[in-house]
Parts: sequence; C-alpha cells; structure tokens
Amino acid sequence: MDSSPASVIDSVVLSADRPSRWSGLLRSFYEAPFVPLLILVLLVLTAVGADWLAPHDPTIGNLRARYLPPVWEERGSSEYLLGTDHMGRDVLSRLIHGSRISLVVATAAVLLAGVIGTTLGILSGFRGGWIDQVVMRLTDAWMALPTISFAILLAALLRPSEWNLVVILAAVYWTRYARVIRGEVLSLKERDFVRLAIVAGCSRTRIMGTHILPNIANSAIVMATLQFGVVIIAEATLSFLGVGVAPPQPAWGLMLFEGKSGLMTGFWWLSIFPGVCIMLVVLAANLLGDWFRVWSDPQLRQL
Amino acid sequence: MQRYIVRRVFYALISLVLLSITIFCLIRFTGDPAVLMVEPGASEADLQAIRQEFGLDKPWVVQYGVFMVNMARGDFGMSIYYREPAFELYLQRLPASLLLAAVAMSISLLIGIPIGILSAVRVNSWLDTIGKTFSILGLSLPSFWVGLLLIMIFSVSWGWLPSSGSGTFWHILMPAFSLGWVFSAAYTRMARSAMLDVLGSEYIKLARLKGLPEKLVIAKHAFKNAVIPVLTLAGINLVIMMNVAVVVESVFAWPGIGRLLYEGISNRDFPVVQTTVLMGGMMIVVINLLVDILYAYVDPRIRYGQ
Amino acid sequence: MTELLLDIRNLQMHLFSNRGMRVVKAVDGVSFTLSEGETMGIVGESGSGKTMTSLSILRLLPTAGRIVGGEMRFAGEDLLAKSDKEMQHIRGSQIAMILQDPMMSLNPLFTIGEQIAEPLRVHRHMRGASLFERLKELLHGVRIPSPEVRLREYPHQMSGGMRQRIVGAIGISCEPRLLIADEPTTSLDVTIQAQYLQLLKDIQQRAGLAMLFITHDIGIVAKMCDYVAVMYAGKLVERAPMRALFRQPKHPYTEALLRAVPRINTPTDRLWSIEGQPPDLADIPPGCPFSPRCPVAEERCRRDAPPEVQVGPKHYARCWLQEGS
Repeated sequence: MDSSPASVIDSVVLSADRPSRWSGLLRSFYEAPFVPLLILVLLVLTAVGADWLAPHDPTIGNLRARYLPPVWEERGSSEYLLGTDHMGRDVLSRLIHGSRISLVVATAAVLLAGVIGTTLGILSGFRGGWIDQVVMRLTDAWMALPTISFAILLAALLRPSEWNLVVILAAVYWTRYARVIRGEVLSLKERDFVRLAIVAGCSRTRIMGTHILPNIANSAIVMATLQFGVVIIAEATLSFLGVGVAPPQPAWGLMLFEGKSGLMTGFWWLSIFPGVCIMLVVLAANLLGDWFRVWSDPQLRQL
Repeated sequence: MQRYIVRRVFYALISLVLLSITIFCLIRFTGDPAVLMVEPGASEADLQAIRQEFGLDKPWVVQYGVFMVNMARGDFGMSIYYREPAFELYLQRLPASLLLAAVAMSISLLIGIPIGILSAVRVNSWLDTIGKTFSILGLSLPSFWVGLLLIMIFSVSWGWLPSSGSGTFWHILMPAFSLGWVFSAAYTRMARSAMLDVLGSEYIKLARLKGLPEKLVIAKHAFKNAVIPVLTLAGINLVIMMNVAVVVESVFAWPGIGRLLYEGISNRDFPVVQTTVLMGGMMIVVINLLVDILYAYVDPRIRYGQ
Repeated sequence: MTELLLDIRNLQMHLFSNRGMRVVKAVDGVSFTLSEGETMGIVGESGSGKTMTSLSILRLLPTAGRIVGGEMRFAGEDLLAKSDKEMQHIRGSQIAMILQDPMMSLNPLFTIGEQIAEPLRVHRHMRGASLFERLKELLHGVRIPSPEVRLREYPHQMSGGMRQRIVGAIGISCEPRLLIADEPTTSLDVTIQAQYLQLLKDIQQRAGLAMLFITHDIGIVAKMCDYVAVMYAGKLVERAPMRALFRQPKHPYTEALLRAVPRINTPTDRLWSIEGQPPDLADIPPGCPFSPRCPVAEERCRRDAPPEVQVGPKHYARCWLQEGS
C-alpha cells in the first residue's frame, strides 16, 4: 500500500504532540536548551567569583613573562594556563575578569535601553495622536543614525568609563524596543479588555501600567535576550577600536585590540581566546533568545 | 504612487533635519567643542581664539543656522590632522567603502539566499539544521574577529592573501568576507522565513494543483515572492554595512570612510569624526528613501495604487 | 453503462504529528463513484474531511498526511500506483481544482495572462499566437469582457467575482475530465454567487466534464448536484441521488442538517441547530462518530462503528438504525 503522498500541498504540520503526564511547565524545562543556559550561568558565576577564580591579578603583569604561549605549547608554563600578553599579564585571569565587565555593561545597557524604549513605545502606541507622530519621527530619525559610528562619536565626546559606555550603548539600541513595543501596544489597544478598562474610567497611567505592561512583557523580554548578544558585540567592537573600556581594565574587546599587533608574529592565543569567549556568550544568548521566543509564542512551535 | 513617493520624501526630510539637530545638540551639549579642537593643555586665550574663529560664542540657534548653511554648502569644517576640508576627505574615501560594501553585499547575498531558501524547501531536514546553525553562528561572531581569524589563517599561516591595504582583487576578498559574514546570516534567516511563509500560501497550493512541476513552483512562484523582503533588507543594509565597516576597515587598513572615522578618533580630529557620522546618517536616510521608491516600482500592488 | 470516471473505495488518509504520537483520521473509509458529466456534491462541516478527500484524490497532501488505505481509480487507472511525475501530469490537465479564496490563490506578482497560460504551457505545450487565442477564448468562456486588457492586468486590479472567474478559467484551461470545486462561492458576495454557479453549470454542460462540488452549504448542493455525499468526522455517512437525499434522508446527521436550514415558508421563532460540537478528530470516541450528538442513538451506536448499508437505489447510509432496509 502506497503510503507516501505524490507531493506536498503545503508545509503545515500538526501541532505538537499532546503532553504526557508531566505538567506543561516541566515539559518546557525538558525542552529548554541546556547548553546555552549552562554557558550563561557559568558566565554569571565567573563574573561574580572573578576575584576568587582568577589565578593572577589581571592588571599587573610580570615583564619577564611576556608573550608566553598557552601551557600546551613549547614555551608554555602551567602558571599561565592560557599564556600571557605583551605586558606579561595572565590571559586566563584577564578573561575571567573581563567576563564581569562584559556582563555588567551589557546587562545594564540592555536594561536601560529596554526601559527607555518600552516606555516610549507604550506612550507612543497608547496615546496615539501627535505624541505618537513625534515619538515615531524621532525614533525613525534616531534609527537612521549609524549605530557603531554614532557610538564611536559619543564615546569620543564623553570620557571613557564603564558607566558612560552603558549610557552610550543604551542610547544607540533603545529604538528597536520602541518600534516593536509600539506595534504590540497598538494591537493590544483594540482588544476588549483594554477597551473595557477605558470605558470603566481607569486613568490612562493605570491602564498603561496594569493592563498593557504585563502583556508586552513577553516581547520585551524576548527582545532583551536577543539584544544582549548584539550589545556584547557592540561593546567588544568599541573596546577593540579603543573607545570602549579603557586599559588596563581587561575587556575582551580590548584584549583583541592589544593582541592585534601580535597577530603577524604568531602570538595567536591573544586573539583566539577572547574571541572564543565572546562567541560563546553571544551564541548562548542568541540560542536562548530564540528558544524563548518560540516557547512564549505557541503558534511558532509548529515550524 | 505619486502620493506614496511624496510622503516618503517628506518623511526623509524630517529625518534629515532631526538627524542634524541630534548631532548638533550632542556635540554642543557634551562639553566645550573648543576643547576638542585643540591640544590638551592649551591656554584659555587659545580656547577663546578658537571659539571666536568657529563662532562658538554665538547663541546656539545662530550656531545651528550657521551649521546647516555650511552643510548645505558642503562645508563640514577643516580636518585638523590633514589640514583639508573634512568633506573632501570624506568624498575621497567614499568610493573605497562603496566598493567594499558592494562586494561584501554580493558575497552575503550569494551565500545567504541559497542557504535560506534551501533550508526552507527542505524544512526540518539536516540541510535545514546546517542552515540554521550557519545563521546562528553568523550572528554570534563579531565581524572583526572573523577578520582576525581570516588573517591568521590566510595571511600568517598560509600566506595566500595580503592582510592589509588595497589595490588588487586579493586585497578585497578577506575584508569583504568578514564584513558580509554577519549579514549573510541575517539573509539566511530572512530568506528561510520568507520562503516558508510563501510555501504555505494559497497561490503556491494552486500552482501545485495546476500540475506545475515542483521545480517550477519553487523557482518561479515561490522564489520571486520570497526574495523581495530579502532584497529590501539588503538595500537598506547597504549603508548600514558601510557604516559598520569601521572595524573591518581598521583591521585590514582598508582606506574607506570607516578607517577615516577611526583615524579621526585616534588623531582627535573632531571635524572628521563629525562629518563621517553626519554623512553616514544622511546616506542611510537617502538610501532608505531610494529603496522605498524602488520598491514602489517593483511591487505592482503599490505601482498601481491600492 | 459508462465507465466510471472516478471510483474511490474505502479511502483512508491520516495526519501524523511530528513524533507520530498523534494521529488524525482525516479521511476514514470514504467510498463513492462518479461518472462522466455527473456533478457530485460533498457536504459537511469544516473539519469533516471534505477538502482532505479531494486533496487525497490528487495526492497532494499536507506534510503530515499519508494515504494509509483504500483504492482510487480515475478513468480505470490506479491513482495510487502513479509516480510523482505522472500525478503531476494529471493535475491541472485531467483533474483540476478550484480553491476557495481567489485573492489568495492568484500570485500577486504575475499577470492574469501569465497565470492562466501556465498550465497550458506545461500540459499542452502551447506557445505564441495560439496560446494567446486560447487565453482570450477562455476569458470569453468565463464571461470576462475585453480579454486583451485583462490578460495584462494583475490580480489586485480586479473584483472578487472576476478573480474567481479567472480561477475557474485556470481550472478548465486544459479541458480536464474532472473539476473539483472547493467552496468556490464561499468568499463571494451573495449576489455574485448565483451568477458564478450558473457559469459553472454552463461550462460543465458545454464541456461535458464531471464536477466534484465541495461545500458546507446545502442550498448550493440542491441547485448544482446530481448526487450528494455527506461527511462527518472523516467518514462518509450518507450518499444518494440529490432528490432521494432531500426527500428521504436516512442518516440522523443528514436529517439534522436539513432541518437546520430555515425554510422561508415555514414560520419559526427559533433557529434549530444541532446540539453539541463536532468531535476532536484526534480523539474520536469509539462507535459511530455522530453518536454523542445523535437524538436516536442506541447503545450499539456508541460501541461499534456502523458499516455502510444500502437503503435505496444508489443510496447508502452508515447507520445501525438503517440495517435491514
């Protein structure tokens, strides 16, 4: 008996199998991407426990131990597992401390951008009218600013510091939130429960706070997780160009910048390891963000 | 269609004005620009002289007016380092960046679209998994690191390609690839999801019902519809690419506007920095406008009005 | 007796979820026949399996679908034995199908002319002037004026009724022997519906083609069809010549359907509807699928699925209560 179709009429698949005895939440955990979560948890732990984990002081170097390769190479030493840089500083310790800086800066920037963007998005979408027009035009114009160049400009204008970096990154990346959240709010406005609240005479602020906000939380969180990776790369880029985190602080991007000159002379470990760290973190953030996006929107689970 | 175009032009103009105001305000409000234009440690008299020379002691509105008028005339100030008009420097470097962006864009589309489409056509197969992996990886690697890796492999280890400078075909290969890498990941994603959407549509159903061979269904009906959003994205991304190229240009010492910006920062050459950012923003607005207009011609739904 | 054009016996098509744990019996043991020039209607609620049946005939299934049993013969040939390529040649040229929503069925980026020409190019290898003539002829056949102009236009430039006629033109372009129309008037205005149905009837008479008419609207069936089949939850519960079905429905579901249609000359102050909900196809209770909602259901109905029994000339019902007719 022929059991295969001659061809496919469309790609719609049946929705997910009905869950077994396990509760829905538990099943979700079972499907959760363990590896990215693990990486991110490790990141947080490393960042928090940097002082205890790092074998050496990241900013003080031993000038007699410069440019040592990782332990498994010829001249390597077990004291400096991943080698040393041009000032004799331990690469591993710098990576560990660098995780703290990257994590703190990226998280703060994403939060700040999220708060600004979400607030503007809600305001613009809910109030409509000229407020909406003004905010939208402003957002459009702001989005026209070339992100990295603008960040560089700001970094050049402000004194180099981590807090400034957070502000700069937030200033560059809030626009995406505003756009998306506004769209969500616009569609939410048409829903009955909002209309009921308006008719019942709730104040606008109350509606925005208690009715709209929880419903857009999902989108906001998804955006935040997806932005996290972008911001980490942005911070690394700025540091790489010399306008981000300032030496002697150990930021991964900065390490790449300092390692660049050693590239041609074969000091590969200075360029590989920081990049791998960046890649792992961003990969984890992206995978997690993707998974979260699918998890929070049942419609997307089919494909 | 006329109304559509007029509206788009209007919005573009507003964007440009807001852009200039933003840059202007940022510069004026984050400290004394005069300080940025002199060597550190200059005396107060020097600063005063600079202020007078550049009209920085006049009221802001006037300064803005002067600023805009000068911009209209193409006068963006004089580069401190090169002692040439910043605008001319910019124009000199622009073609190199355009070339790099064009090549990078081609590479990214040539890689991204086929992988994305193939992923969608063979959805949930191992081919799809490869495609999805490719796109995630692409978005997770910073372009400058890709550049560094390429240099390590192709310049240092194998000695095949030159690691910096420009001039021959070989020089452009690695920078273009590094630059295009991230974008190809984005196009893969977009192509895949656009293709999946199209494959689920009614007109594809009808095409199959007509008895058209599957290859024709995909290549003619599905492809054209799916590629539109990707190309739109690509058009908009062209300018973004040029601006993001700062890092790649720095890594490979490619003489474009990105490198100009970088030099401006290193040399504390403020007019150059300002010019680059302003021009960058303006180009984004203009290109977006052009893409919108082009779209109006390509998509018959807009062309014949709705 | 003319050879049967379409002979379907005990067709079974199931939809399988990703891991194979959930099975939906979309088409569960459907049998019917269709002769040349005959019009048959398939009536049922949405989800009853009518569209899936027609897609199965063409062997164009959703990704999750598999034909797991039964036989299908078209003009004496076994459709299930055909290769992909052979089926592809049959679609559009021997068996054509019209879909419900013409706005969505037509590709917005191609002209009308291009879209009608496609099946002609692929199946009849027509080109150039003869192709152009045929296109004009087709448009004329579906009563669209000024065909040269229309051929160069895009779908969004036309009205809904016109678009549906274009879809009809595409369907008959290669002079198929069977035309399947899946809810062709559902998305049209009521005033245009009658016109369109008349058009389909005219085309059928002129070309002598057989039609399979899928709809949820009994009124249309009465107008258009010689023979009617009623489907419920993937099963074909009753089939009969049109008059017989309307005058002497033998299955409780058919009776309920007919009763639910308000008649203009019978005064009522309540609209009658069938109690209950159609079943979840992944979780059909044992026995007759209609038993939960059936007003005359017995114990046996809830336990065992009834077989199809003959209750009159060419009249079959799948109900325990009809046993012994």
